[in-house]
Amino acid sequence: MLPVLRRGISILGRDSPIIDIGGRRTFLKLGAAMAGGALFGRGAAEAGTSDAFPPQDAPWSQTLGPGIVDRPYGQPSQFVKDVIRRDVPWLTASKESSVSFTPLQDQTGIITANGLFFERYHGGRASVDPQQHRLMIHGLVDRPLLLTMEDIKRFPSVSRIHFIECPANGGMEWRAAQLNSLQFTHGMVSCAEWTGVKLSALLEEVGLKKEAKWALVEGADAAHMDRSLPIEKCLDDCLVVYGQNGEALRPEQGFPLRLIVPGWQGNVNIKWLRRIQIGDQPWFTREETSKYTELMADGRSRGFTWLIYAKSVITFPCPEKPAKGPGIYEIRGFAWSGKGRITHVDVSTDGGVNWERARLQEPVLPKALTRFTHEWRWDGKPALLQSRAVDETGFVQPTIAELRAARGVNGIYNNNSIQTWQVKADGSVFDVQLS
Amino acid sequence: MSSFLDRAAMRLAVIAATASLAAVAWAGETQKPGYYGYGTAPTPAQVVGWAIGVRPDGQGLPPGSGSVSKGADIYADQCAACHGTFGEGEGRYPKLAGGEGTLRAERPEPTVGSYWPFATTLFDYINRAMPFPSPHALPADDVYAITAYVLNINNIVGNDFVADLNSLPKAKMPNRDSFIWNDPRPDTSAKECMKNCADPKKIKIESTAEGKDLTPRTTGPLDEMKPK
Ligand code: HEC
Repeated sequence: MLPVLRRGISILGRDSPIIDIGGRRTFLKLGAAMAGGALFGRGAAEAGTSDAFPPQDAPWSQTLGPGIVDRPYGQPSQFVKDVIRRDVPWLTASKESSVSFTPLQDQTGIITANGLFFERYHGGRASVDPQQHRLMIHGLVDRPLLLTMEDIKRFPSVSRIHFIECPANGGMEWRAAQLNSLQFTHGMVSCAEWTGVKLSALLEEVGLKKEAKWALVEGADAAHMDRSLPIEKCLDDCLVVYGQNGEALRPEQGFPLRLIVPGWQGNVNIKWLRRIQIGDQPWFTREETSKYTELMADGRSRGFTWLIYAKSVITFPCPEKPAKGPGIYEIRGFAWSGKGRITHVDVSTDGGVNWERARLQEPVLPKALTRFTHEWRWDGKPALLQSRAVDETGFVQPTIAELRAARGVNGIYNNNSIQTWQVKADGSVFDVQLS
Repeated sequence: MSSFLDRAAMRLAVIAATASLAAVAWAGETQKPGYYGYGTAPTPAQVVGWAIGVRPDGQGLPPGSGSVSKGADIYADQCAACHGTFGEGEGRYPKLAGGEGTLRAERPEPTVGSYWPFATTLFDYINRAMPFPSPHALPADDVYAITAYVLNINNIVGNDFVADLNSLPKAKMPNRDSFIWNDPRPDTSAKECMKNCADPKKIKIESTAEGKDLTPRTTGPLDEMKPK
């Protein structure tokens, strides 16, 4: 009877003295249930006992939950506190020019939750007022333009699912296995559905002059982050987006406007996009000379290595998600390629001696994260897990030894090597590299 | 005669128009400049204010100039706290000088002097991104002066160098010709072997992250791990 009554009264609103009492009582009871959960619930549950286990009814089954719009903007469960972006504090001099990593070990599908999308700033997270934001397009064009956010949203809109990967993902692993964590070895890749305008439509609207060969794309952040892009790529599949997974871009991803350069290294996907200058030569900005160039063993360097080549990684088991005793495991992971679709992924459990074809999960989209799974019957003996992606161009993901032979170990960027996870007999998992 | 020509021209124009309409229909989206008509034209002053990109040929460099000695003073005031008086770098902030001859070494030190291919990039980057806490606030003369100073501590220009839109593109950077600007990949050619792809006895663990104490924790609150 009582719960029904309370539910009826609660519509009266906050001012009602009756609801205050009811509300507090509800709160107290809930609070007790939660404290129980936190204090002894988990330990007891692990020991195999809990007030919530059958045949008992759980405390949350006997208490009214908070009502609608209790949290007008939804949050993850309070029990999922550990699934957050994390950083490597010793990596960079300042948090404003630094990177945080997506917890791929907990990513269940190809879409990265907006709150978990990896961050990479060169001058901190800009806080841009969309009313005052402008996109300028000028240079070798017939009709230079200054566009408001409203103007941009009036252009024909498209949505596409694409990954973004920082080319420094795995950059700490060139010399040796260093970081014992999937989040830190691979978490500079994320994937989202982006909504906006084709860059080609904007460039048609301004009209490119014959000599137009390059675009300088620039952000409104403190770094005034800028990169040169060849005009062919701009006209091919680049997007100027304001939407991320069905809502406005997050500030971390460049609210209110960013560039998406599908399949190309993260930093060219300029965030807080405010300017596109069309020219006939590249600008050779600091971010394409001092940084994001690859120093080879012979002392020469490669520049403009924008493309992300095929790559994959096993997300379960992994150091954060060890195995627990012999039995059947579904090996899971992600594969991606900047050149198009993943055609298949092979999995090895013996360090690359024998391989088996994994199953790809739909949808398999070009330049997007692709999920793969593979059933593994673990006998409890030490194992070496690997995955190897192949894309629609036939490119096969290389080993770290092959990459080192081609480039040396000083390049930092574009490490798309096969990851090896060592599974010990006790089920624990370690980041290793094989000879 | 002329009317015939006119008519022929008209017919051609009609054909061309139909053809281009067909092209629009095929491509589905190619439009003439100004088709949507959204937005406004930026004023010249608006373009000048935002167009800060500088190219190696000097395009984009503003009027103004600055000497090494003036640059030394401004640098001491605005930059040295992080980058060191002579570009040696304080703490983990980047070094701006030194590292010559290290690019093939075990631990290379790429700096403005040892690595950067273009002096114009230095002006551009200091202007847009430095000083790190309050960027793009220095007048062009000051940016020229600091640029001159940073080139000077790298022995790229002499003490009497004055940086301006003519001199900067000419400053010769030592590592300029070491860059390959065409992506040579794919530079690996792995095959899709499925069975007996390696000798199991030769597979050894060459390195492991186990016990290295470099990995922040991935549960609980953020790790405040001290820099190594
Ligand atoms: C509060 C500390 C701080 C101050 C002050 C500062 N910088 Fe920096 N500087 C940085 C950081 C941090 C970076 C690296 C930024 C990045 O990589 O995104 C940097 C990068 C640079 C670089 C690029 C280095 C490279 O090799 O790529 C140059 C050049 C530079 N600063 C020049 C200056 C100049 C000139 C000044 C003074 C006008 C200045 N900085 C003031 C912190 C500072």
